[in-house]
Amino acid sequence: MTTAAVPNILEPPRPGRWAWFGVFTFAFLVAAQAISIAISPPDRDMGDLQKILYIHVPAAWNMGICYLLVAVYSFRYLWKRDERHDLIAASAAEVGTVLNGLTLALGMIWGRPTWGVWWTWDARLTSTLIMFLVFAGYLALRAFVEEPERRARWSAAAGIFGAINYPVVYMSVRWWRTLHQVQSSPGTLDPNYTLSLRLNAFAILFLCIYFIRRRYEAALTERVAEQTLQAAALGGSARG
Amino acid sequence: MAFRDDWMRARAVAWKDLTAERRSKAGFNSVAALGITILVLFGFALGPDTEAIRAAAPGALWLAALFAGVLAFNRSYQLELEGGALEPLLLYPGSRRSLFAGKLLANFVFVLLLMAIVIVASLVLFHVEVPGTWPALLGVALLGAIGLVTLGTFYAAMASRSRAREVLLPLLLFPMLVPVLLAAMEATKALLAGDVMREAGAWASLLVAYDAIFLSATFLAFDAVIEA
Amino acid sequence: MIPDSAALAIDARMLSRRFGARWVLRGASFTLGAGEAAGLVGPNGSGKSTLLRVLCTLLRPTTGSATIFGADVTREPDLVRDAAGFFSPVPGVYEDLTARENVRFAATMLRRPDADADGALERVGLAHVAGDRVRGFSSGMLRRLSLARLLVHRPRLLLLDEPYNNFDAQGIGLVNDVIRDTLAVGGAALVVVHDVASAMPVAGRWFALLDGRVEPSDAASVGYTSPPASPAVVAGVR
Repeated sequence: MTTAAVPNILEPPRPGRWAWFGVFTFAFLVAAQAISIAISPPDRDMGDLQKILYIHVPAAWNMGICYLLVAVYSFRYLWKRDERHDLIAASAAEVGTVLNGLTLALGMIWGRPTWGVWWTWDARLTSTLIMFLVFAGYLALRAFVEEPERRARWSAAAGIFGAINYPVVYMSVRWWRTLHQVQSSPGTLDPNYTLSLRLNAFAILFLCIYFIRRRYEAALTERVAEQTLQAAALGGSARG
Repeated sequence: MAFRDDWMRARAVAWKDLTAERRSKAGFNSVAALGITILVLFGFALGPDTEAIRAAAPGALWLAALFAGVLAFNRSYQLELEGGALEPLLLYPGSRRSLFAGKLLANFVFVLLLMAIVIVASLVLFHVEVPGTWPALLGVALLGAIGLVTLGTFYAAMASRSRAREVLLPLLLFPMLVPVLLAAMEATKALLAGDVMREAGAWASLLVAYDAIFLSATFLAFDAVIEA
Repeated sequence: MIPDSAALAIDARMLSRRFGARWVLRGASFTLGAGEAAGLVGPNGSGKSTLLRVLCTLLRPTTGSATIFGADVTREPDLVRDAAGFFSPVPGVYEDLTARENVRFAATMLRRPDADADGALERVGLAHVAGDRVRGFSSGMLRRLSLARLLVHRPRLLLLDEPYNNFDAQGIGLVNDVIRDTLAVGGAALVVVHDVASAMPVAGRWFALLDGRVEPSDAASVGYTSPPASPAVVAGVR
C-alpha cells in the first residue's frame, strides 16, 4: 500500500545559484561601503561618526522588511500549512532580530558622542527596542515548543501579531514623546548622503535575503535530518 | 440560530471559569492582595514625597493591574490542563471561537474586579482625589482592561501549554501591550488632572483602535492555536 | 442531523497520520456498520488511540478520509462531533464544580441543555454525590462521571479508549450496558481494549491495528504478545 501524494515531507534544500548570490552580495556590500566612505566628506557636526549611519539606517529599514516577511510567510503558513513557509518565517525573524539588535547598538554608539547619553527615549529608538523584545519573545516561543506543527502554528500567530503591532507601537511612543514636549533628537540627514544610503540599503537588503536563505537552508536540513533519524530509529521509512 | 448557540456556549464557558475560580480557595483574593502589594512597593520606590507619588499614581496603578492580572490569564487555562479537560472541550460541536469568547468574558470580569480594588487602593495610597472626570476614567479603565485581557487570554492559550510558562507569558505579552499601557496611563494621568479633554480623547481613540484590531485578530487566529 | 441512517457508522479509507516523520497510521481502512460493536486490539503504541482521535476529530488525518454516518471528519467536523462520542482514559472533569454541574456544562456545550443530568448521574451510580465537588472523587468515580457525560451526549457512535480501566465489575457492566443501548437504537461502537475478556459480551467483530493498518481479526487470535513500548515510540506520540 502506499501513502500516495504526501504533502509536507521535507526535501533537503538545493543551494544551486545561491552560492553565487552570496558572492555577489558581499561584493556589493563592500563596494557600497567603499563608495559611501569615499564620496561623502565628514559631516560638519558629526564628523566621521556619520559613517555609522550607513549601516544603522539601512539596518533599520531592512529590519522592517524582515518583519514584514515574517508576517507574510506566517500568514501563508496558516493558509496552506506548508512547513517550509514556517521555516522561512522563522529565518526571517532571526535575521530581523539580529538587524534589530544591530540597529539598536549602532544607534546607541552613534548617540553617545552626539547627545552625550547612551539612551534617549526617542520614539524611533524606543519602538525599535520594543520590537526587539517582541521578536525575542517570538524566538523564545519557538525555543520552548518542541512539536514542529504546534510550534509553526503558534509562532505564526505571534509573528503576525508582532508585525501588526509595529506601527501601533511606533505611533503610541511618538505621541507619548510629543505630548511631553521633549526635544526631538536631531536625526535628519543631509540629502547629499541619499545616494550612499540607498546603495547601502540595497546592499543590506541583499545581505538579508542571502542570510535568510542560508538560515532557511540550515533549518530545513535540520528538519530533514530529524525526520530521517526518527524514521530510521523506528524501523519505518519516512514514506511509509 | 448558530449565533445563539455560540453565545450560549460562550456564556457557559464564562460561567464555568468564574464559578471554578470563585470556589478555588482564595484565587482572586491572592491576586488582589498581590496587586495591592505591588502598589505599596511602587510607593516605596517613588515616595514618600506626596507630589512625587501623586504624579506616579497612574503608572503604578496600571502596572499593578498588569502584573497581578497576568496571573489570571494562565490560571484560566489551568482548569482545563489540570483535569485533562481540554480534549472534551475541543470535542463539543460548535465554533472554537465561543470558547475564546467565554474565556475572554471570564478574564474580563476578573480583571475588572481586580482593577476596582487596585484603583481604590491607589486613590488612598497615592493621595489622589476622585476628579470630576471619573466617568471618563471608568471608560478608560474599561478600554484598557479589554486590551489587556484580549492579548492576555490569547497568548496564555499558548504559554500555559508550553515549558517555562511563567516567563513566557509576560515575555510575549508585555512588549505587545506597550500601546495599551501608554495610552491607558496617559489618559488616566490627564483625566486625574482634570484634563485638557482633548488629550484623553486621543488616547482613548488609540485604545479603541488597538482593541478593535486585536479583538478581531485574536478571534480569527484562536482556532489555529487552541487545536490539540 | 445526519439524514442517511443506513450510512456506515465508520467508513475509513486510507487513513494516515504522522507525527514528525513517524507514520503512526498508514492507510488504515475499514468499515463499521450501524448496530455493530467492534473491539480493537494492538500492541502498545501501535496507534489505537491515534485512530480514535482521528475519527472523533481531535486530530486531523495527514492523508486519507473517514466518514462517520456520512459526515466527513475533515470537512464536516461539527457533524462528526455531534454524532461521535469519545471516551478517553483521562476523565477530563472540572474539580471545583460539582458532579451535576460538570454534566450540565457538558450538556449545554453539546447543545442539549435540557438533557437529564440527574438521570445520567443516577444511571452511573453517582446520584448520591451529585451535589458534591468532584475534587476528592476516586478514579472509578471520575470515570463514571465521564460516562455520565457520554450519556447526556447520546452519540450514535461510541469511540471508547480502554473503557474498562479502573472500573470494578459493576462499572464494566455499566459500560457494556451503554454499548448495548447505543446499538439497540442503530448506533455503533468501536472499543479499544487490552482486556479482551471484558469486551467479549458486546463485541461482535474484532480488528487488530498492526503496522499502522487495520486488519480484521477474530476473538481467538487476539492473544498476541505485545512488545514493551520503546522510549522513542512513547516520546513520539503526542
